[in-house]
Amino acid sequence: MSVKILTKHFGIKDSHKINVYMKNGGYKQAEKALKEMKPEEILEEVKKSNLRGRGGAGFPTGLKWSFVPKDTGKPVYLCVNSDESEPGTFKDRHILEKDPHMLIEGIIITSYTIGANEAYIYIRGEYYPQAIRLQEAIEEAYQKGFLGENIFGTGYKLDLKIYRGAGAYICGEETALLESIEGKKGKPRLKPPFPAAVGLYDCPTVINNVETIADIPTIVEKGGEWFASLGPERNGGTKLFAVSGHVNKPGVYEHEMGYPLMKLINEDAGGILDGLKLKAVIPGGSSVPILRAEECDINLDYDSVMKAGSMLGSGAVIVMSEKTCMVKALSRLIHFYKDESCGQCTPCREGTGWMLKIINRIIAGKGRKEDVDTLYYIAKGIMGHTVCPLGDAAAMPVISFINKFRDEFEYYAINKKSMVE
Amino acid sequence: MSIEISENLRKKIEEIKNKFPTGKSPILPLLHAFQDELGYISLEVEEEIANIVGVSPVYVREVSTFYSMFNNQPVGKYHIQVCGNITCWLRGYDEIVEYIKKKLGIDIGETTSDGKFTLSRVECLGMCDHAPVMQINGDFYGDLTFEKIDEILDSLE
Ligand SMILES: Cc1cc2nc3c(=O)[nH]c(=O)nc-3n(C[C@H](O)[C@H](O)[C@H](O)COP(=O)(O)O)c2cc1C
Ligand code: SF4
Ligand code: FES
Repeated sequence: MSVKILTKHFGIKDSHKINVYMKNGGYKQAEKALKEMKPEEILEEVKKSNLRGRGGAGFPTGLKWSFVPKDTGKPVYLCVNSDESEPGTFKDRHILEKDPHMLIEGIIITSYTIGANEAYIYIRGEYYPQAIRLQEAIEEAYQKGFLGENIFGTGYKLDLKIYRGAGAYICGEETALLESIEGKKGKPRLKPPFPAAVGLYDCPTVINNVETIADIPTIVEKGGEWFASLGPERNGGTKLFAVSGHVNKPGVYEHEMGYPLMKLINEDAGGILDGLKLKAVIPGGSSVPILRAEECDINLDYDSVMKAGSMLGSGAVIVMSEKTCMVKALSRLIHFYKDESCGQCTPCREGTGWMLKIINRIIAGKGRKEDVDTLYYIAKGIMGHTVCPLGDAAAMPVISFINKFRDEFEYYAINKKSMVE
Repeated sequence: MSIEISENLRKKIEEIKNKFPTGKSPILPLLHAFQDELGYISLEVEEEIANIVGVSPVYVREVSTFYSMFNNQPVGKYHIQVCGNITCWLRGYDEIVEYIKKKLGIDIGETTSDGKFTLSRVECLGMCDHAPVMQINGDFYGDLTFEKIDEILDSLE
């Protein structure tokens, strides 16, 4: 049995209600943190925990918090990233629906630690029912005095607001998210300066993913060392894996970092649909390189997946059976990145458009043999030449799909039809 | 031409101004509030929001057109948004969307002549565990089959 942190309340009736959360020990860690711990002590535990950001990049959370400058005289903000628009990713939605108070408790502790009196949850606009549920949870927390003035009688004050996005994947990128809250188009900013120094309204700002923040109460409860001990070196804690595609039981599964990918697919997710064979897996959301079936004998932690030539990303595992046409699959992803490019860098804006034209041409049976190389070189030209990582995110699938399934692409371009359909 | 602002919307505007007092931050919440009430973001709405926030109407337009959820034109009473991204495609998007098109007699981007349904294709809705998925006016419908689509669409008044 794996240790459960984030999903431990998921089976309980009305788990999203504050009295149910409190009956199960909820808000005790926020009280302990505010009453008995200094911010530095909490920061120390988070550093020790080896918690790495669950939004995709895997950056050490404690280290990120420590970049917030002290005594600038400006307010500090916490922005919780609930944009969750990376294709294949749906884990944060489960937290919002089933345990919003764990997130809110994490927000209270985090804000206290970094010295913020105002926090925002930026939630993608499509998550409308989830935003309503979250708003109800926030109101419950205000009524209990866990938000607002003088929390737990300590004099600490925190306001928490929801800001709804409106259908723009790029607003999940942290600086685009800030632009969006500032009432602008979601165009990523050049870094540096980093948001820790110059963030929301030009003030020091920490941006963290929903899952990252929901881990914080447990780190306060059980200590950083305990959390770190759950995973391999440098990869603390458990992780929510969102498994989708050609499996019998798509869903969110929580396991310690380092859980084997094939076990996740075959045991948790019930194996491949219709008894078919596994063909490929995208192990970390649509932006990361694809793995062929024979490369899938790996453990799911940031370092192991990196060693296998891909990335753990958001922990979204997209599974494809032998019946999948890789050319068409890639066309879905290129379409997505072309639609979602914010347009401010030429390689990303033009490159994604060119790639879409070429792949659509191949699928329409008008491909030429050299199209495959052209696709590849356009992707190479985008990689590393843009303001934000969306450019790389568009390029990496193209490069990896062609590297690993070149024969299928060439077959389609030359024979004007799919090799597998 | 100015627009009629209901009591409800007026209250919402005040709430938004109080909740997000800094700079242009009220713009997105206002766009949501106006669209919820009026169905789409018309030129008049852009002007109204521009006045409230103290920016030019063209600024509001630039922002609203950046975000795909804001409609620049009226949509049907029910806005059907079918996810066409990777997982939904793996689980049968092509057949699902063809079925809906045929059933309603419209293509993607069109509205039925009675103004009841608009059909759009959208990107991943974060519901891939229930692929194939669609969203209709905020509500999600997953694990779609032809029968389920009949049931859902036939039940909408
Ligand atoms: C194009 C793009 C989209 C992103 N989307 C999300 C998202 O939806 N949710 C998220 O938490 N992080 C997303 N990120 C990562 C954020 O920029 C940021 O690294 C993260 O929110 C930091 O939180 P963490 O350290 O807790 O992971 C995205 C990054 C890029 C480049
Ligand atoms: S890489 Fe693409 S999405 Fe990112 S800033 Fe440049 S144009 Fe915008
Ligand atoms: S791919 Fe359709 S909901 Fe994610």
